[in-house]
Amino acid sequence: MSPFLFWIFALLTVIFGAAVVVNRNPVASALSLVVSFLGLSALFMSLDAYFVGIIQVLVYAGAVMVLFLFIIMLLNLRTEEERRINWLASAGGVAVALALLIQIFLVISRFEPARKTFPPLPGSSIDDVRNIGALLFSSYNLPFQIVGVLVLVATIGVVLLSKREPRS
Amino acid sequence: MVTLGDYLLVSGILFAIGFAGVMLRRNLIIILMSLELMLNAANLSLVAFSRFRVGPNGLPNYNAQVFVFFIITVAAAEVAVGLAILVALFRARQTTDVKDISTLKF
Repeated sequence: MSPFLFWIFALLTVIFGAAVVVNRNPVASALSLVVSFLGLSALFMSLDAYFVGIIQVLVYAGAVMVLFLFIIMLLNLRTEEERRINWLASAGGVAVALALLIQIFLVISRFEPARKTFPPLPGSSIDDVRNIGALLFSSYNLPFQIVGVLVLVATIGVVLLSKREPRS
Repeated sequence: MVTLGDYLLVSGILFAIGFAGVMLRRNLIIILMSLELMLNAANLSLVAFSRFRVGPNGLPNYNAQVFVFFIITVAAAEVAVGLAILVALFRARQTTDVKDISTLKF
């Protein structure tokens, strides 16, 4: 992938990710998150991870964001009212996040392989769905089944949590 | 050329944005969205390392992509449960603001 396209999608992801935090309207935040996930999916595809990029669009931009928007509409959340902002607490939060960011910068700048480019792949097209599937059903068979049970438990838990309690 | 460090940089910035969202925002839905951002930042660096470590057979290291698959599955389950708890909370208290849910605060 050309560096030009990489930086466009990286900027898209980061700017709309920041918009999620900055927006006061929850619906605008959710829609910014969709754009951020689409940019991220393009970055995955630039790394030849087509399967991961596609499930990113299907699961996140599709299912999870519909769930978020549905809950926002169900609860009828509007722009949150202007509350008195605790400037000290906000400054503390920003300072901690900035410290984390600087730490990440330092670690990456001292990490020797980070300056190398990606090695080329021999084939023009790789069937990563087949390779991931083979790995999933051989080496990672037990974790795969455990994840299946986890999703089942989550489904039952959601039904139980959102059931209205009978008036007694 | 785009290096591994560029991808790690984008991933780190995205993680810091998500972290700032969890620290700064008081709306529970936005906090959940920021958690998603952080999980996706981790996914991006996993996929970048997967592409970086090309094995002797000339293919990327697919173990990392299997991890990403698991992370996405668990994150989807987590969002469903989190939003169900949010709906139950909204029924009891009519709020999604963390400032109004401080009964257990010491």
